[in-house]
Amino acid sequence: MQQFTDLFRQIDSTTSTNAKVAALAAFFRTASDEDKLWCIALFSGRRPKRAVTSTRLREWAAEAAGVPLWLLEEAYPVVGDLSETIALILPPSDRQDAQPLSAWMTFVLMLADMPEEERKAQILSAWGDLDDTQRFVFNKLLTGGFRVGVSQRLMTRALAQATDQDEAAIAHRLMGQWTPQTTTFSDLILSPSAQDDLSRPYPFQLAHGIEGDVADIGPPTDWSAEWKWDGIRGQMILRGGEMHIWSRGEELMTDRFPELRKALDFLPQGIVMDGEILAYKDGTPLPFNDLQKRIGRKTVPASLLKSAPVVMQAYDLLEHDGQDIRQRPFTERRALLDGMIQDLPPDAPVILSPQVTFTDWAELATMRETSRDRMAEGLMLKRKDGPYLAGRKRGEWWKWKIDPLTIDAVMIYAQSGHGRRANLFTDFTFAVWNGNELVPFTKAYSGLTDAEFNKITRWVRANTQERFGPVRRVTPELVFEIAFEGIAESKRHKSGVALRFPRMLRWRHDKPAQEANTLTDLKALMG
Amino acid sequence: MSRSSVLTFTDKGIYCPAGDFYLDPWRPVDRAVISHAHSDHARYGHRHYLATPQSAPVMRHRLGNIALDTLPYGEARQIGDATVSLHPAGHVPGSAQIRVEVDGEVWVFSGDYKPEPDGFCEAFEPQRCHAFISECTFGLPVFNWQPQQMVMDEINTWWAANRAEGRFSLLAAYSFGKAQRLLAQVDPSIGPILTHGAVEATNAVLRQIGYHLPDTVQVTADLDPSAYKGALVIAPPSAIGAAWAKRFKPAQTAMASGWMRLRGIRRRRAMDRGFALSDHADWQGLNDSIRATGAERIFVTHGYTEVFSRWLTEQGYDASIVSTEYSDDSLEQAEVAE
Repeated sequence: MQQFTDLFRQIDSTTSTNAKVAALAAFFRTASDEDKLWCIALFSGRRPKRAVTSTRLREWAAEAAGVPLWLLEEAYPVVGDLSETIALILPPSDRQDAQPLSAWMTFVLMLADMPEEERKAQILSAWGDLDDTQRFVFNKLLTGGFRVGVSQRLMTRALAQATDQDEAAIAHRLMGQWTPQTTTFSDLILSPSAQDDLSRPYPFQLAHGIEGDVADIGPPTDWSAEWKWDGIRGQMILRGGEMHIWSRGEELMTDRFPELRKALDFLPQGIVMDGEILAYKDGTPLPFNDLQKRIGRKTVPASLLKSAPVVMQAYDLLEHDGQDIRQRPFTERRALLDGMIQDLPPDAPVILSPQVTFTDWAELATMRETSRDRMAEGLMLKRKDGPYLAGRKRGEWWKWKIDPLTIDAVMIYAQSGHGRRANLFTDFTFAVWNGNELVPFTKAYSGLTDAEFNKITRWVRANTQERFGPVRRVTPELVFEIAFEGIAESKRHKSGVALRFPRMLRWRHDKPAQEANTLTDLKALMG
Repeated sequence: MSRSSVLTFTDKGIYCPAGDFYLDPWRPVDRAVISHAHSDHARYGHRHYLATPQSAPVMRHRLGNIALDTLPYGEARQIGDATVSLHPAGHVPGSAQIRVEVDGEVWVFSGDYKPEPDGFCEAFEPQRCHAFISECTFGLPVFNWQPQQMVMDEINTWWAANRAEGRFSLLAAYSFGKAQRLLAQVDPSIGPILTHGAVEATNAVLRQIGYHLPDTVQVTADLDPSAYKGALVIAPPSAIGAAWAKRFKPAQTAMASGWMRLRGIRRRRAMDRGFALSDHADWQGLNDSIRATGAERIFVTHGYTEVFSRWLTEQGYDASIVSTEYSDDSLEQAEVAE
């Protein structure tokens, strides 16, 4: 544990990306293979199953600290992190543990299968053997939320440095469905073979948003345009007679979309397509809300298959005839894709994302204005001669979104954030007028500066009317312009609407609460 | 308040009717007894001040020409029908708990306090009393300080490592109290120590009345930083983030404050390091100190008052909250000072 805790401490005590990468690379050069593998797993979101619920952990920690549970609950929002709250509240200890990370992970995996009383005894005894930083790391391992200021990308870069390999190749090897129990460091990183998992996806290419004038990205002839769909980004992989679908979050989604399995009947093997899974009916995409009903459902009832069927709308081809073709220019890849899909019968579950032809930026800008009517969020611009790259690379792919919808709303509840935002009120509930009543319709967390959050925090403290645990009802006085990408009817919400990507666009200091928008104004945006 | 209340709580501050004086008042009054020289406790505008001889020069330095009388630690003074004495609070040099006795009933106002001796300011001495008015800035069980020596070792290691790499070590600390405690405890053999003008002015006042501090060099406009590569620079937090600190390059920044115990706040400060060193009582310290007074009635002021008074009530004390205007929102204040 000590080596890994030292690594955590180094990462945590610097704001420099280079220093973090250097610390990780040093770990990858010196740790045992087992520890390296676990480190990769943890920093790429491959956590072992939660061994214990957070409720039990809170109870046991309060008991061990000799304080009532309510007191721990009061301290938690001040600290902003449960693992840390527990580490700090336990009686001070100067013991340190020297076992390797892999031994601790084996311990955590073992806990999951123990009877609860034994699990409790084991955890209490483990806490007693650790100093407070080690306790914090151990609690993070237990609760499975290992996010400590290192992205998978930084970890990948450090691993590439330490093993003297290409970063993109490493990124590719880390994709897919391995766990430290199913592979070894050497198989995963050092000597990948033909035995590679047939389901392994490629790292996704991502886009930057266009902020200024679109003409700044270059001559229109260099660029290919298509609609930006509001679905689930996914890769469809057909290899070895099987079909797999991966989300951008590296989640295997094959079973959630059974209707896509038919792709096997229409398409050749040895291909990987990049595209968007959309709820789609009668030749048009359905609102995201319909797709939402499909997300998170492992088995899909027949009624839902009927009311919200999905298709894969493909826009890129990464593998063809079993060959990785990511280095070929976009236009070539796209031509191969078109050739494969354009003549498929209408009952095929894969369709092409149409390209938008244009001669100059002004024409494209006019087209972009029609996005919302087409159920699109705007346009995607891809460099015609560009390869398919891993991650977000400036100047290759751009998203050119339409302006969001906006509404002026009154803040009625505030809650403090977590982690870096602990003690700051950053999570708000907003309402619009319905007669004399304020009807809550959305929450929003982002879009303001730290200085504004500081100011609002002071205001919330001075204007709290009622407390419900961590939530405060505030005087309905502050007005914010709320921006969102879409709005749909919803039976689950009191207001009757659900928003897509709500955030605070600005604080309307100039507007009194009485002049905020009404529920009628909001519903009118559904068009 | 019952007739026998030794102290009452008014909108100007804590008041003693028997002696007609206030304790650390926040509105101008005739007679003020002051616990310590921090600006939220020793304010402008009172007609007469009473404080310890160690507090007096710092107060004069900060408040100018005030009518100030001194009362040494442990000495009793009769004011009207009340007997007043001052006892070390261990918070900053000269800091005192204010003990007030009327007709055999004893009330003690803690001011700000720290039970752990820091080897620099006068060590906290618990006072037996009937009622105790306690701060609770860190009145949550997640605040448990590590021994001072451990934190100082971390600071010395950090400074030495920076010096070895030719970097300055910029350490943010409140200019009266924390800065001098750090100065008194760092290892001056590591390298030269530079100070911000606000810190150095307080140093001068304290040196004059006999507090021992290592040699320091004040940062002035004509100081050439390159002659002090690898120095430790102690300055108020506001200066570390400002143009003032730009002359020290390359540098690592750090802050010494009890709030640095929390990772979220450490990260929000965007400093390279945060050292959890506080001049206030931690959770254990608050509980032990309160127990040591033998008091049954506890009034809690600035800090996590609601939570802490509920906890004390569950422990069997007659605890209540008193609202004061001492750095009311301590966490927010802490983002500037402590």
